[in-house]
Amino acid sequence: MVKTEMLAYTIRRILMLIPVLIGMSIITFAIVHAIPGDPAKTIAGEKATPEQLQEIRESLGLDKPAYIQYFHYLGDLLRGDLGTSLITKVPISEEIGPFLAATAELTAASMLIAVFFGVNLGILSAWRQNSWWDYSAMLIALIGVSMPVFWLGLMEQWFFAQELGWFPSNGRIDARMEFEGITHFYVIDSLLRGDYAALSDVLMHLILPAAALGTIPMAIIARMTRSSMLEVMRSDYIRTARAKGLSEFWVIYKHTLKNACIPVLTVVGLQLGLLLGGAVLTETIFSWPGVGRYIYDAINSRNYPVIQSGILVLATIFVVINLIVDLLYAWIDPRIQYGKE
Amino acid sequence: MASESNMVAVPSQNIPSGPPLTGGSPDKAEAIKDFLRAFLRHKSALIGSIIVLMFLLMAVIAPLITPYEYTERSQELLAPPSADHWFGTDEMGRDLFTRVVYGSRISLWVGFVAISGSIIIGSLLGLIAGFYGGWRDSLISRFFDILLAFPGILLAIAIVAMLGPGLNNALIAIAIINIPTFGRLMRSRVLSVKEEDYILAARAMGMKNSRILWKHILPNSWTPIMVQGTLGFATAVIEAAALGFLGLGAQPPEPEWGTMLSDARQYIQLAPWTMIFPGLAIMLTVLGFNLLGDGLRDLFDPRMKR
Repeated sequence: MVKTEMLAYTIRRILMLIPVLIGMSIITFAIVHAIPGDPAKTIAGEKATPEQLQEIRESLGLDKPAYIQYFHYLGDLLRGDLGTSLITKVPISEEIGPFLAATAELTAASMLIAVFFGVNLGILSAWRQNSWWDYSAMLIALIGVSMPVFWLGLMEQWFFAQELGWFPSNGRIDARMEFEGITHFYVIDSLLRGDYAALSDVLMHLILPAAALGTIPMAIIARMTRSSMLEVMRSDYIRTARAKGLSEFWVIYKHTLKNACIPVLTVVGLQLGLLLGGAVLTETIFSWPGVGRYIYDAINSRNYPVIQSGILVLATIFVVINLIVDLLYAWIDPRIQYGKE
Repeated sequence: MASESNMVAVPSQNIPSGPPLTGGSPDKAEAIKDFLRAFLRHKSALIGSIIVLMFLLMAVIAPLITPYEYTERSQELLAPPSADHWFGTDEMGRDLFTRVVYGSRISLWVGFVAISGSIIIGSLLGLIAGFYGGWRDSLISRFFDILLAFPGILLAIAIVAMLGPGLNNALIAIAIINIPTFGRLMRSRVLSVKEEDYILAARAMGMKNSRILWKHILPNSWTPIMVQGTLGFATAVIEAAALGFLGLGAQPPEPEWGTMLSDARQYIQLAPWTMIFPGLAIMLTVLGFNLLGDGLRDLFDPRMKR
C-alpha cells in the first residue's frame, strides 16, 4: 500500500518536472533571443563588422523566426548540445565538465561546514537555552543570515589570506604544482594519486571559499536545529530517558538529534539553491574555476551561449536535487501525505 | 495541513491589517494600541525598526550630513579614515562616508520599488490562482514553479543579461524573481480564508466575487504579505548589491554599495576600509529588515514562528 503510494508520488513528481524544465528552457532561450534591439549587435559589441554580425546571426540561428529558433534550441538541448562558446569555439558540453566538478567540490565542502557547525551550534543553544552560550550562538546565526556572501568572502580574503597569510587567497591549487585532473574533483584526485602534498594544498585552497559560502546555510541550520531540538527535548520520552539516568550528553546526541533531523534535512535541501546561487559570487571572489566563475567571465565577454547554458545547467542540477530531497523526505517521514500540497 | 492553515487564519482577523478600510472604530484603535505596546516590548522588532529608521533617515537627509558630493574627488587617494574623511577615501579620492550615506538611497529605493512590484504582481496572481482555481491555478502555479526552479540570483543574472546591465534593469530582475514568494503565500492564504464561514455566508447572501475578494479576502490576507515583504526587502537589498558587485547593477559613478565593493576588490590589501564600510552598510540594513520581519511575524501570528 505504502509502496505503491510512494511509487505513484515519485512518478507524479517526475512528470511535474517536465513543464518546469520546458519553462526553464524558454527562459534561457530568451536570454539571447529576447535581447531588445539587435541581439547580434549586443553580443558582438559596438565595433563589430557586418561580417562578424552575420557570423553570429548564423551561428545562433538568429535569422529565423523565433518559434523555429526555439525548437532548434530545444532539439539541440535534447541531444546534449549546449551550444559553442563564442570565445574558445569549443562545444560547451565538452568544456563545462571541469567547471562543474569545481563547483560541486566547493558546494559539497560548504554544505559539510554548514551542517557540522550549524547542527552543533543549534544543539549547544538548545541544550543551554537562554544561557550566554545560547545568546552568542544565536547572535552568530542572526549575523550569518544577514551577511552578504560576497562581502564575507572579501573580508576573509583580506584578513586570513592577506593579513595573516594563513590560507591562499585564490584558485584551487598552487599554480606551480603540477596537477592533472582525473575526476576534476581535486580532493579525490590527490587522494587517488596518494599525493598528500597536493591534498593539503587543495584543502587549504578550499577552506576560505567553502567557509564563506557555507556561512548563511550554517546560520539557518543552526536556528532550525535549535528550535526543533527544543521541541523534542520537551517531549515525554526525553524526560523518561533522563529519568532513567542516561547521561545528559547521551540523551542529547542519541535521542534528540535523530528526531530533530527531519526538519533539518529539509532546510539542507532548501539551502542548496542558495549555495548554487552564492557559488557565482564566491567563485568570482576567490577565482575558483567553477561554473559560477565560468558564467561571470562569460558575462564580461558577452559570451551569451555560455551564460545561457551555464545558468540552465545549474538550474537543472538544482531542480533535480530538489526532487531527490523531496522524495527522500517523503520516504523518511511517513506523515507526509502523498499527492497533496 | 488544511486544518492547520485554517487555524492560522483565525487570529489575524483581530489584527489591524494595514490602514482601516472604513473609518476607525474604537475596537480598531484599541487593537492598534495593543499592537504598538507589544511591538515596543518585542526586542528584535524594536532593534530592527531602529536600524531601518536610521537608514531611512540617513537616506532622506543625506545632503545635510555629508561634507562632500558623492562624485567629488580630493587629492588624497585611498586615504585611511581620518577627521576629514571618516571612512577614508576610495581610489579616486572620493569621500567614502558620503558615498556610503548616499548608497542607502539607492538600496532602499531598489528594495522598496522591487518588493512593491513583486507584492503587487505576486498577490494578484496568487489571488486569481487561489480564488478561481481550475486552469488559472494550474497555469499560475506552474509559472511560479518555473521561476522558483532557478536559484534566485541566477535568474536575476539571466534577466539582466537579457535587458542589459543597469540599476533599473536590476530592479526589474529583483522584482521578477521575488514574485513567486508572494504569489504562493497569497494563494495559500486565499485558499484557507475562502473556506471561512463568513465568506460562505457572504456568498450565500449573493455577494459578488469581486466584492468578496476586495472586502474580505484581501484584507484578511494582508498581514503575512506584509511580514514577508519586510523579509523580502532584506533579500532585495542583498540581491541588488550582488548584481552591482557582478557589474550588472548600478553603474559607476553611482554610489551603490555592491558596486563599491566590486571596485574595492583590487585594493583590499592597500585600503581595506574601501571594502569594510560599504559591506557593513549592506549587512546592517539587511539585519535591520530581518529583525523587523522576524519580530512582526512573532507579533502578528505566534503560530507562524519558525
